[in-house]
Amino acid sequence: MWLKAKIYNFLFLTLSIAGFTISILTLFALIADLVVTGAPRIDFSFLTSFPSRNADQAGILSASVGTLCVMLVTALVAVPVGIAAGVYLEEYAPKNWLTTLIEINISNLAGVPSIVFGLMALGLFVYKLSLGQSILTAGLTLSLLILPIVIVTTREAIRAIPTGIRHAVYALGATKWQLVRDHIIPYSKGGISTGVIIGLSRAIGETAPLITIGALTFIAFLPNSPITSHFPFISFQWLHDPFTVLPIQMFNWVSRPQPEFHQNAAAAGVILMSITMIMNLGAIIVRLRFRKKVTW
Amino acid sequence: MKLMLIGVLLFSLKAFAQSIIKVDGSSTVFPITEAVSEEFMKEKKNSVRITVGISGTGGGFKKFCRGETDVQNASRPIMKEEMKRCAEAGIKYYEIPVAYDAMTIAVSPQNNWVKDITVDDLKKMWEPSAQGKITRWNQVRNNWPDAPLKLFGAGSDSGTFDYFTEAIVGKAKSSRGDYTASEDDNTLVLGISQDKNALGYVPYAYYEKNKTRLKALAINGGAKAPKRGSILPSAKSVEDGTYFPLSRPIFIYISAKSTEKLEIKDFVKFYLKNGPKLIKEVDYVPLPARAYAQAEKNFNSQKIGTVFKGEPQVGIKIDKLLKMEAAH
Repeated sequence: MWLKAKIYNFLFLTLSIAGFTISILTLFALIADLVVTGAPRIDFSFLTSFPSRNADQAGILSASVGTLCVMLVTALVAVPVGIAAGVYLEEYAPKNWLTTLIEINISNLAGVPSIVFGLMALGLFVYKLSLGQSILTAGLTLSLLILPIVIVTTREAIRAIPTGIRHAVYALGATKWQLVRDHIIPYSKGGISTGVIIGLSRAIGETAPLITIGALTFIAFLPNSPITSHFPFISFQWLHDPFTVLPIQMFNWVSRPQPEFHQNAAAAGVILMSITMIMNLGAIIVRLRFRKKVTW
Repeated sequence: MKLMLIGVLLFSLKAFAQSIIKVDGSSTVFPITEAVSEEFMKEKKNSVRITVGISGTGGGFKKFCRGETDVQNASRPIMKEEMKRCAEAGIKYYEIPVAYDAMTIAVSPQNNWVKDITVDDLKKMWEPSAQGKITRWNQVRNNWPDAPLKLFGAGSDSGTFDYFTEAIVGKAKSSRGDYTASEDDNTLVLGISQDKNALGYVPYAYYEKNKTRLKALAINGGAKAPKRGSILPSAKSVEDGTYFPLSRPIFIYISAKSTEKLEIKDFVKFYLKNGPKLIKEVDYVPLPARAYAQAEKNFNSQKIGTVFKGEPQVGIKIDKLLKMEAAH
């Protein structure tokens, strides 16, 4: 009896280790392959050149600037809206069938394929609101895509705050707004930031919804500068400019017949992966820092 | 503060007009237009901006006929449905053949029993009724070995698929479904090269770049072919039209309204003048020089519309095309 239990114990351990090794090895093999092929190609001119028919002169300038601009819009929209929605659902909303329905739908939205968001955005942003095939449209589309992630993580972070804190705050005569502003949001900052960064890391690799709304493949100029030389010195023209993003550029290069372009694709992949990794690392650091600060 | 900023972002003024040439459409034509655009922008010292998208020929024509793009990359002539849509929106257009796109029937270099193939053999392999039935090489020809037949081909969204089925089976989009399909031609090259029982079709440029990994089959086009016997794909056989029926001209369409803009006229002229050189650089086969001369003549004398009347075309020879263009 005892031996049998031991054997099962051992078997399960072996299975777990095997599963772990397979997944880690696959990941490392993929990354290593990408880095070995791509890394030698990365240099200053690769980062600062526009796409070209000559693989050795081609670069990712328009794609990386496009990615940054789209991510900026995505964050500016998704963060405030997502946090506000999360706080409302957790702190203000009455618990009834309607809010339950909304909650279920938000969780479901997180699992909707991204292409569906793309189709919706094509109908709504591109044609109904006639925002065109622009950075603004792309940012709004991706912010809708990651909103469920931001909302869900915001709520989870808020839920981790002990009820005692709320009672203590109310006991001192604070209003709900004071509670949210001075306690709820500061305490849940770590969890919220993690959610935001995970959401943005997902958005940065998206291709399908952006192709649907009409992201381009060849574009050899940058969006307009946000700072101008004449009054009012700030321009939002860049929001309406056409764009491309790193994953689209990568996909285009990978599907070319010339092997030199495949190397370019791997190099762009290394850059994209580095950005994602830095963002994830940021999420971990932020979480650790806030966890240390907050003690209940 | 943040909310205010978003408000400003959302309601900031709409774009004012800029001199941008918008191109969209086929991924097959993309590398050519990309090369031409790159050079054109250099020549114009970046005073003209060009964007090129890939929505596929069908998706591109939808945008083109809504007046959203100036130039359309097309791997086949405009179809009846699209002509109707353009006509309804009042979009008139110029049709310019720019290069050849050929398909290669490829097997693995380890395959030692097949060197040439007829269109009838291919039809036997690929027609819808072959599904689940024709699964071994000797079912196609008796003297081929009793080995499993593994087929590789384009996914159903690609223009390559449309053309291959049209040319071989006789009806566009009509194909068996039980083959390894991929939109990525490099995947097909890899799959075919590693299996000695494999046979597949890839665009000619992919064969050209992978000659050590693939073996091309000579094709016997049958009674309709311009030349008897089996012909291997090459720049020469494609250009003179003897590689039949798996070679076709590809096009750009230019919105007539857009040509009111001077930079678009310049772009088209630049395309026709520098196209042949750039087309070779991106591993496509250019048309004979007289084809570009004829196209420029037609463009200058404002001959709008299509010469194909919306009918699908198979293995059209350049001389016939030139005659059609000239009579246009």
